[in-house]
Amino acid sequence: MSNLLENTPLKGKENLVVAAVALGIAALLPLLFDPLSLFIDNFILAAAYVVMALGLNIVVGFAGLLDLGYVAFYALGAYTVGWFASDHFSSVNGGKGLHVLAEAIPPEFPGIHLNFLLVMVVSVIIVGIAGMLIGLPTLRLRGDYIAIVTLAFGEIIFRFAINGDEIILAEGYKLTNGRQAISPIDTIDLPFFAPFDSAFSLRPFYWFCLVLVAIVLLVNFRLRDSRQGRAWIAIREDEVAAASMGVPLVKTKLLAYATGAAFGGISGVFLGSYLTSVNANNFQFGFSIFILAMIILGGLGSIWGVAIGAILLSFINSYFIPEVFNSVPRKLGLDFDLTILNFGIFGFLILLVMVLRPQGILPERRRALELTEGVGAGDAIEVRAP
Amino acid sequence: MSTNSATADPAGRRLADTLREAVSKYGLIAVLLALPVYLAISDLATDGNLTDLGNNLVLGLSNGAIIALIALGYTLVYGIIELINFAHGEVFMIGSFVAFGLWGTFGLTEGMAVPGMIAGLLIAMVIAMIVCGALNVMIERVAYKPLRNAPKLAPLITAIGMSFILQNVGILWLGSSQSSVPDLIDQSNDLVTVGGVVINNGDVLAAAVTIPLVFLLTSFINRSRLGKAMRATAQDPDAARLMGINVNTTISMTFLLGGMLAGAAGLINLLYQTSIWYFQGFQAGLVAFTAAVMGGIGNLKGAVLGGIIIGIIQQLAEFRIGAEWTAVVVFTYLVLIMVFRPQGLIGEETREAG
Repeated sequence: MSNLLENTPLKGKENLVVAAVALGIAALLPLLFDPLSLFIDNFILAAAYVVMALGLNIVVGFAGLLDLGYVAFYALGAYTVGWFASDHFSSVNGGKGLHVLAEAIPPEFPGIHLNFLLVMVVSVIIVGIAGMLIGLPTLRLRGDYIAIVTLAFGEIIFRFAINGDEIILAEGYKLTNGRQAISPIDTIDLPFFAPFDSAFSLRPFYWFCLVLVAIVLLVNFRLRDSRQGRAWIAIREDEVAAASMGVPLVKTKLLAYATGAAFGGISGVFLGSYLTSVNANNFQFGFSIFILAMIILGGLGSIWGVAIGAILLSFINSYFIPEVFNSVPRKLGLDFDLTILNFGIFGFLILLVMVLRPQGILPERRRALELTEGVGAGDAIEVRAP
Repeated sequence: MSTNSATADPAGRRLADTLREAVSKYGLIAVLLALPVYLAISDLATDGNLTDLGNNLVLGLSNGAIIALIALGYTLVYGIIELINFAHGEVFMIGSFVAFGLWGTFGLTEGMAVPGMIAGLLIAMVIAMIVCGALNVMIERVAYKPLRNAPKLAPLITAIGMSFILQNVGILWLGSSQSSVPDLIDQSNDLVTVGGVVINNGDVLAAAVTIPLVFLLTSFINRSRLGKAMRATAQDPDAARLMGINVNTTISMTFLLGGMLAGAAGLINLLYQTSIWYFQGFQAGLVAFTAAVMGGIGNLKGAVLGGIIIGIIQQLAEFRIGAEWTAVVVFTYLVLIMVFRPQGLIGEETREAG
């Protein structure tokens, strides 16, 4: 086991082989289950969370900017699909709807309906810009102040989502539907494929999500090993030293926020479409911590680790807590279901991992060194136990 | 932050610097005054008097007193180990829960004789303070102490984990919905009316508990030996250790004091809001943190000042804009402060605020 862990930051070809084998197995997985099985549903959620966790990993893991408001980007992505692929703005174009390459939607159906891939592009733009805007005020700040500012932004966007049904942009144009949710959302409709139908089979959603994960993984590896990735890691290690070596802080940080946010947005678009509803209740602070817990559990900065952490926590959240262990407290004679404690369980996991194995399950080599041998511990608090 | 302006021409830089200085000096005060001044003008225009605003201010002051007590806990801990004790809001919540449990044990009910009620509440407060102080010390031992040498974000992350655990303790204790508690002190009873402005029992209670506690705390820190040790550790932990100060004990002491204040705040909040739920700590914690930053984190006077200001802003937002937007207003202020004056109203520049 320890041998395996020491070799984790695989190089070049090995990485490719591992990725190909993992993706091959993952692609065949849904054939083992019924097309509507809950397991496929769990895997789809897990894949969507992997995309989000990898996005947050760019901001927190690579660039070292603790973002506690990541849910904002999930929300914005989900609202992009809610606005541009549903009948939410039903009075647009005099009630006849505005359709762009949306063949699956009957003609003159009210609301804005963009093709799913177009929605993805739009969301990347909107959420990327939002990421930069939220990043801007944090540029002068460091460490925990960044965490608090991003948390505040996350809460502000959550409040706008919840109370958005009070904000009337124009006659018949509400910003959001609050806790009532925007629903139904158009299903995924790709060129050359029949529109996905979750009543018939979940497999297409799964494969689509898997392709998404593969692309995001590839982008992550390429980014990490690029000039940009090295710049992120440099500012994480020592901002002052990085700046004096010529790393442009503003551009580097904003790019980290924008890239990380864009992944959150993409995942939000997918989840909005897959769940066919966008409900403001989903965009609470706890969700940011849920995603953060994934990357901490997996190993901050380690791409494979984060992917594994995301899958693990996703399954704990959507399978093990509600399906397997939910009745355990009742069997022990206690009067509650385990589901009400899920955030406590995540909190406990975070605490445990941070105290006992801060480098995570599958650590990034550089960070593991920092944590165990004190390399680059310039950020450490100056108080030491005698 | 001189890296960006290094290449600009000197005249332009001077103007930009003057502008930046002016913004950072007076910008926050202007932003803070914007809301009350606007409301005062609109009040005068519509009613011709300021009674409504006065009532909002009184409620804001007593609300601010509670926030100040919690903010002191943040500022004490930040001052000594530069850590945002994210679980502090939850310690306050547990304080409310303990106090509520003790009411049941002591049999405190509405309409009891005053001396018995005061005695019961005082004992409940002392016990809540002790429990919360001990809880805060325990949190430090479990979640922060093992990470003193870890990168700085590590203890913040464990603090969040701790906060979620405590929220779940709250859920297990009293369920996940908000519940109302007996109004023991007849909270909204009009005690005095000064020029149309009503001061009720709750306002007097908040002042009566907060003011002595703040004085006790400041004199403890300024006069006592342990207070001196705390100030020394805050300035330079290594030098303090060389001078024979037990840094670990001092840090524990700080957490104890912060937790005790949160416990007291928990009891007052219970009497004042006459409601209780597991999520009250998260909200109040963020608001109190905003207050601590506004005053200048690490600065005791700043925390009290910030608490009062935020308390007033919160009340104004709640009554004039709508309760559902209060959080947006408070968090917008938080972001503005962080951006334009991260060192706060009366704080000094810290490494974070650069």
